[in-house]
Amino acid sequence: MSAAEDRLTRQSARNGWLLSAPALVLLMVAAIGPLVIIIIYSFLTPGQYGNVVWDFSLDGWVSILFTRDIFDGTLGLADAHLTIFWRSVSLSIMTTVVAFALGFPTAWFIATRPARQRAMWLFLITIPFWTNLLIRTFAIMEVIRAEGVLNTALLWAGIIETPLAIIYTDVAVLIGMAYVYLPLMVLPLFAAIDRFDMRLLEAGYDLYASRWQVLRRVILPIVKPGIVAGSILVFIPSLGAYVTPRVLGGGKNMMIGNFIELQFLAGRNWPLGAALSVTLLVIVTAALLIYVRAANRGSNPHG
Amino acid sequence: MTEAVTIEARNAVKAFGQGDHVVRALDDVSIQIRKGEFFTLLGPSGCGKTTLLRLIAGFEMPTSGTILLDGADITDLPPNRRPVNTVFQSYALFPHLTVAENVGFGLTMQGRPKAEVKARVDQMLALVKLEPMAGRKTSQLSGGQQQRVALARALAPQPKVLLLDEPLSALDLKLRKEMQVELKRLQTETGITFIFVTHDQEEALTMSDRIGVMSAGKLQQVGSPKEIYTRPVNRFVASFIGETNFLPATVVPGGVKLSTGDVVEVATAAQGTVTLTVRPEQVRIVGAGEAGAIAARVKFNVYFGTDTHCHMALADGTEVVARVQSPASGEAGVVEGTDVGIRFAPGAAQVLED
Ligand SMILES: Nc1ncnc2c1ncn2[C@@H]1O[C@H](COP(=O)(O)OP(=O)(O)O)[C@@H](O)[C@H]1O
Ligand SMILES: [Mg+2]
Repeated sequence: MSAAEDRLTRQSARNGWLLSAPALVLLMVAAIGPLVIIIIYSFLTPGQYGNVVWDFSLDGWVSILFTRDIFDGTLGLADAHLTIFWRSVSLSIMTTVVAFALGFPTAWFIATRPARQRAMWLFLITIPFWTNLLIRTFAIMEVIRAEGVLNTALLWAGIIETPLAIIYTDVAVLIGMAYVYLPLMVLPLFAAIDRFDMRLLEAGYDLYASRWQVLRRVILPIVKPGIVAGSILVFIPSLGAYVTPRVLGGGKNMMIGNFIELQFLAGRNWPLGAALSVTLLVIVTAALLIYVRAANRGSNPHG
Repeated sequence: MTEAVTIEARNAVKAFGQGDHVVRALDDVSIQIRKGEFFTLLGPSGCGKTTLLRLIAGFEMPTSGTILLDGADITDLPPNRRPVNTVFQSYALFPHLTVAENVGFGLTMQGRPKAEVKARVDQMLALVKLEPMAGRKTSQLSGGQQQRVALARALAPQPKVLLLDEPLSALDLKLRKEMQVELKRLQTETGITFIFVTHDQEEALTMSDRIGVMSAGKLQQVGSPKEIYTRPVNRFVASFIGETNFLPATVVPGGVKLSTGDVVEVATAAQGTVTLTVRPEQVRIVGAGEAGAIAARVKFNVYFGTDTHCHMALADGTEVVARVQSPASGEAGVVEGTDVGIRFAPGAAQVLED
């Protein structure tokens, strides 16, 4: 390469950086900036009325898992916090599973409609997004509360004798989150199924696979990118969900999101809130890494 | 019947659509396919070949009629419970599996032990000469290689019958010729009954033990390539397979009388107006006015290399084509515009009822 060419290449590389500068600045300000602030705050001391005092302290991090005994000052495991973490993770996993169980048949149904009808069905799927999340959540509440639509219908049909006490339980939160995040599962699944070559079904049946085996051995492995994408899109917001557990969990069945809110507002412990936020980020990242790695291993048993 | 029948369709009817838009894709088809033969379904596009294959595979239920395998009624069996495999026109290879996994799929689904599956897969890959590709994904293969994988995959479970729906139509001419030979070899080596679908009459003639000619949902004729070619039962079969001459005629004692008044000696049980058919290579050109020859005039010649097609007109204008060996260089051959006589080789002319 001649010197002149070399200079040109360098120059175009520099120009490339310059051109992407606005995006990089935005990224810094919008994503990395707040994250840095949160990390710094997690190492400070809580102020009297919220906010922080600029004194280094690890208390925020320590109190994620431990509580200091008010009498002798010894540290004990914070069971309540662990319960909240566990509830968040398990409810998010269950939400993802329920959304998949409902979303897969839905996406399959839409993808197998004639082309003209598909747009209409996809449109219907997105309708819930038009309404505010809070309103949708209250609508779910209206359905599942003791005198709600569901109980009234079941009582009327004679299936149950006393109303089901669903509201303000983990089940209520699960129902609410599954409903709210279902479209996020359906859309990527639809995209994957839409690309699926339906002739492979006949090839599967022809080669002695039962319907179940065709699903397990042919359809699911091939649409797996859609399953992975849908699961991630449902799992992440579920883990950080705030409105749904607040409204349908009734305040006592907190998830991490509510717990963080509690620290920043009523609890006036911003360092703990900040440390919890970082913890949530770490859990999400770890869960994603584990999940994506497991998904890749499944598809490639020999490699 | 001396030879064992593997697949049989009895009065199979398949209608698609409802009300005014019913298409009878298969119209009362009865056919017997013998054990171990290379059987070809031949017919123009849309005549119902794929539909018949899908009935045999079990992807489609007949509207009426039955499908039998080794004498047992399998009409209601789903495809995964029929010992019949298909080589799909689109190959339909599983994109998420390797070549070896594709080939082993059927055996795995049958629940065969791992060691047996592996041994059989190796054997099949050797048969189609794809051993080096065992670990590849199918998307990394050429069209011809994918075709071989599809063949190996369908043959691996040792089906009683292998169905092939125009498997060669996506290949270019050279590869196509190679695969024709390859298919014939595979069929001989495995001894499995092949039902092969094509709309290419040359392919059908060169590869098959027997051919079933279809048209408009009906089976027109079943027979060996030679029977089909030399003794077509109707105008459709005669014109679809190879080239031929059609001459309008009426039945007279001892033969038929052409529109020119010439009488051709031919055995027939038909009555009234008929069509006389004779292949161009069975038309002999002789000197004008020779006794018993039909007078004709040469209109033009079409040169094909070893052969020349000589287009002639009879006295009343009826066109007749003769296929003659091209004259050696220096010889003139049959000159355009000259008067000649034509004869038909003994037994070559055939009467078709209209
Ligand atoms: N699923 C179907 N629905 C409606 N009509 C069909 C269907 N399958 C085939 N046909 C019709 O049946 C006839 C025979 O089709 P097919 O068996 O595919 O012919 P071939 O394979 O000989 O080209 C065609 O007229 C076709 O349009
Ligand atoms: Mg076809």
